Amino acid sequence: MAISRQKKELFMRMFFTLLGATGIIILTLILLFLVMEGMPIFSEVSVTDFLFGKYWYPTYDPPDFGILPLIAGTFSVTIISSIIAIPLGVMTAVYLAEIATPRIRGIVKPIVELIEGLPTVVIGFFGMVVMAPFLQRVFDMPTGLNLFNASIMLAFMSVPTICSVSEDAIYSVPQEMKEASLALGATHLETIIRVILPASLSGISTAVILGISRAVGETMVVLMVAGGAAMIPGSLFDPIRPMPASIAAEMAEAPYQSEHYYSLFAIGLVLFVFTFAFNMLADYLAHKHKQVGAATL
Amino acid sequence: MRRHVFILALVVGLFCSVPAWAGKVVVKGSTTVLPIAQKVAEAFTQETGIKVSVSGGGSGNGIKALIDGTTDVADASRFIKQKEVNRAVDNGHYPVPFGIAYDSIIPVVHPSNSVSDLSTAQLKKIYKGEIKNWSEVGGPDRPVVVISRDTSSGTYETWEKKVMGSDRVFPGALLQASNGAVSQAVSKNKNAIGYVGIGYLNNDLKGLTVDGIEGTKATTLSGEFPVSRTLFMFTDGWPKGDTLKFINYVMNPNKGQKFVSEVGYVSIF
Repeated sequence: MAISRQKKELFMRMFFTLLGATGIIILTLILLFLVMEGMPIFSEVSVTDFLFGKYWYPTYDPPDFGILPLIAGTFSVTIISSIIAIPLGVMTAVYLAEIATPRIRGIVKPIVELIEGLPTVVIGFFGMVVMAPFLQRVFDMPTGLNLFNASIMLAFMSVPTICSVSEDAIYSVPQEMKEASLALGATHLETIIRVILPASLSGISTAVILGISRAVGETMVVLMVAGGAAMIPGSLFDPIRPMPASIAAEMAEAPYQSEHYYSLFAIGLVLFVFTFAFNMLADYLAHKHKQVGAATL
Repeated sequence: MRRHVFILALVVGLFCSVPAWAGKVVVKGSTTVLPIAQKVAEAFTQETGIKVSVSGGGSGNGIKALIDGTTDVADASRFIKQKEVNRAVDNGHYPVPFGIAYDSIIPVVHPSNSVSDLSTAQLKKIYKGEIKNWSEVGGPDRPVVVISRDTSSGTYETWEKKVMGSDRVFPGALLQASNGAVSQAVSKNKNAIGYVGIGYLNNDLKGLTVDGIEGTKATTLSGEFPVSRTLFMFTDGWPKGDTLKFINYVMNPNKGQKFVSEVGYVSIF
């Protein structure tokens, strides 16, 4: 064969560069498309009116393109589901990594990972058919399709993500740190709180952010169980409409390249900025709390 | 090496020519019209051997595909909008409408609700958020939970035009993204009111009469029932060849129109 090893090397290098670049290029093109299709709406309404307008009536004449109710919907459902999911997820992880016997760990961990793989439409269907009538009956609400139900379902979805990623982080804290702590006379609980959790903080914060950003962008569940009223929620039991639900529900029928169409892309852009900010935060936290030395992950 | 190039060219050629292959009609659009299109297409292919590819995606997407020239027939549960006509003409396409069926939209409540008739004015007040309790319209003392459709669906548009007039559905109304989801939500909630296409009525729902008129095939055809609409198929220019055969089949009282009633809509003939 006439191909020299250097050429082969060069070829392989180019090949993998190309593969790596493809992903990035496609993502950039998607972003570009999002911006191109989202921007024209701002010639109709100002950015302030769009972001802080209280009414979302895109198909009326004259239309209103205020997405504040949708942003409020996304925020409220994200915050409440985090309040439920973060303690649950992290504590389950601590239990699995530190307290559970290997036997229990061997059974529970695969189950948690299995739940992580549940299709979101299944979770949504469960929320709609089982959870909503249940909540309505027990708490005597006008409707079971509301902020509370959606938060529970989203928490149910992000707990496994938070749990399995932070469990990996906690489990990989080196044995000698734990032993050192115990040798100094600390109890098991003190060791967990003072040594193991701080040492795995960067992994846990990454897990939390991953779980939350999964909830922020989740579409199917909120479309099915959040109720979908485009208003700013006044109580825990009000129906809401987060941004992804609005895009999913309206895109199919929106006339092509109409103002409505552009405004849905603009919502997508806002959503993108949110999740991007979350990921940047995750990156920052991971670096800030990175342990050096023995506990390096 | 030459052989590889040949095979590659063949594969590329195959992919490019698929749309033009041996008589195929592409139908895209409204999910409301979808069940009709599927049934009709199946029978049409069996009878003529002409393949039909049917997909949903919504009226807007169907018309968009017609504007882009990627479909032969666009299903729509609403009439084409002026802006869409302009864009189609700019692209060199001329949409031609065919009214293929009627659909009545029936207000529905939970079967346990004692209310059985509402006037258009009462419906409007409920959807404006002014009537908040069922006792205000002669029902039990329970809050009204208003369920509406996503603002861009054809069902919603008809509801808006025939019931709401120039008023807006209040922001507190729940949104469901399909007829099926509305009937699911109403059948699970004793406080709820929603509206669905006539084909989606079932035993878990209680259909209401509007202004004392029951929504049936007869009242839809006679125009008495106040909330009904025409379902359309749009073709690119006056249909020719296979597309013409397909449209003729859809409009035939003994063939296509038979399936219209079968899937629960009101046939034109």
